[in-house]
Amino acid sequence: MSVSKRNSEILVGRSFKFGDDISTDLIAPGRLFHLRSNLVELAKHVLEDADPGFAKKVKPGDFVVGGRNFGLGSSREHAPLIMKIAGVGAVLAKSFARIFFRNSINVGLPVLICDTDKINSGDILEIDLKRGEVNNKTKNLKLKFNPLPEVMIKILNDGGLANHIAKNKGFNLWDI
Amino acid sequence: MNKTISEKIISEHTGSDLKAGDIAVVNVDIVMSQDGTGPLAVSQIKKMGFSGVKNPKRSIFFIDHASPSPRKEFSNSHIVLREFASQVGAVVSDVGEGICHQILLESYTCPGDIIIGGDSHTCTSGALGAFATGMGSTDIAVGYALAKTWFMVPQTIKVNFMRKINKGVFAKDLIVYLIGKITSDGATYKALEFGGEVGSRLSMDDRFTISNMAVEAGAKTGIFSSDDITREYLKKQGRENCFKEISADKGAKYEKIIDIDCSVIEPMVSQPHTVDNALPVSSLEKIIINQVFIGTCTNGRFSDLKIAADILKGKKVAGGVRLIVVPASKDIYLKALREGVLETLIDSGAVVQSPGCGPCVGIHQGILGDGEVCLSTQNRNFKGRMGNTSSFIYICSPATAAWSSVKGYIADPREVLG
Repeated sequence: MSVSKRNSEILVGRSFKFGDDISTDLIAPGRLFHLRSNLVELAKHVLEDADPGFAKKVKPGDFVVGGRNFGLGSSREHAPLIMKIAGVGAVLAKSFARIFFRNSINVGLPVLICDTDKINSGDILEIDLKRGEVNNKTKNLKLKFNPLPEVMIKILNDGGLANHIAKNKGFNLWDI
Repeated sequence: MNKTISEKIISEHTGSDLKAGDIAVVNVDIVMSQDGTGPLAVSQIKKMGFSGVKNPKRSIFFIDHASPSPRKEFSNSHIVLREFASQVGAVVSDVGEGICHQILLESYTCPGDIIIGGDSHTCTSGALGAFATGMGSTDIAVGYALAKTWFMVPQTIKVNFMRKINKGVFAKDLIVYLIGKITSDGATYKALEFGGEVGSRLSMDDRFTISNMAVEAGAKTGIFSSDDITREYLKKQGRENCFKEISADKGAKYEKIIDIDCSVIEPMVSQPHTVDNALPVSSLEKIIINQVFIGTCTNGRFSDLKIAADILKGKKVAGGVRLIVVPASKDIYLKALREGVLETLIDSGAVVQSPGCGPCVGIHQGILGDGEVCLSTQNRNFKGRMGNTSSFIYICSPATAAWSSVKGYIADPREVLG
């Protein structure tokens, strides 16, 4: 996905609502640890321990909406990675655990901090990444989200950290 | 400028005068991953087009999570790590050596280091005065390839452990109590700096337990000043030459200072399914347990096994309870063996398994059955953590774990230690 395209892109999708403290154990459980060498297979179980039907229901572009402290726990990058592979367009939550947040940016999955109390499962959301706005079309409500730090925008726009490093032959975080 | 420990270490690694909130690319001293996160790091290194690692002797791959391997998929991942490490000259810590964080403490971490690890409990090395933090596989891949990462210098919360620790109360109880107070996201993005009159007298093993669990409050790292106790530990490990004194400047700017009166802290448990769901053991109803696990990067050290053995000596594990013990490293295993600690534990009914993460990650060596309750000295009790979403995990100190294994329910170790 090219830089300008992502920035100008408006993301549209359905919301899947989850609660507080969705741990990486719920997203990519240890009992399926052996599938880490087969990410496509692991992605068929994404968030299974929080919502057993999620992987079957989610369609490309849909959003995962959490509460407080989304992604707490392990450093496993497989958690945001299989959400992305499953087609999740972005994750919205009131707050994120640090490593999950950073991993999401690294794999190119947008993570947005906003007041998710006003979003329910099934709501159609239109997200304007550039303007920092979530339009809840179902409820006819607009929510603001905090902009990402500029270095993270840079990494996200390069398509994730591996692409950023490959493209720049190292870090190049400041020529924004 | 008067600096916190984190500001100091990160500034030293960049050559510029940095303060909380600044973003910098920094040189890292040690980069590591384990068998759960290493294979993805290896494939990312290759994807980025790197053919080697920048600093092979300080690039470590640990095989500790599924170790020895219970399935061919893990065995194949282990081959990936061994082959890559051999190709680039990196270090492999293989089956039986022990848990990554423990091996770093024993053989690698020096005060003042910056350490990044593909494991969230990398913050354990903060106990030796290092700035150590967990990251995902791609960040770690970049760390291996360039010996660099980027950081936002964190704000720091200073935690002063004050007054005195009561009998039967251990470092684990202090940190569980603290997390109960500040909650599981109370320190997200922040550094925790531990001190106070009790904190500064804690043994290294106690500091390891406390720093290990900093991430359970969301923290980026959990750091102690290095002092004579640190020096003594490094000396015992034959590494006194890497000692240097690291402490915060007087007048350093903290986001918050939390004073904890340790004299009011009782033996604690975290109830299912979050670490901050913390209560004193004394306030619990009778909770029958099926499995007790003593081990992990939190509490699998010699002093942990020793206190458990002291409590279990001449007693038997209750009928219906499985007691699983996993030393955190080979050195600990050998010391516990030579000093008779393992014999006491086995005599009482414990099952001792090879050094590694054991059943904590839900892969092997003690997966819980439906509806079963485990009392564990590990750091996490999330739903499904030990391999079954229909089971329940309580976390506690090794003393509480040992005494409870005798009683068959979660019991207050002051009954036997008081």
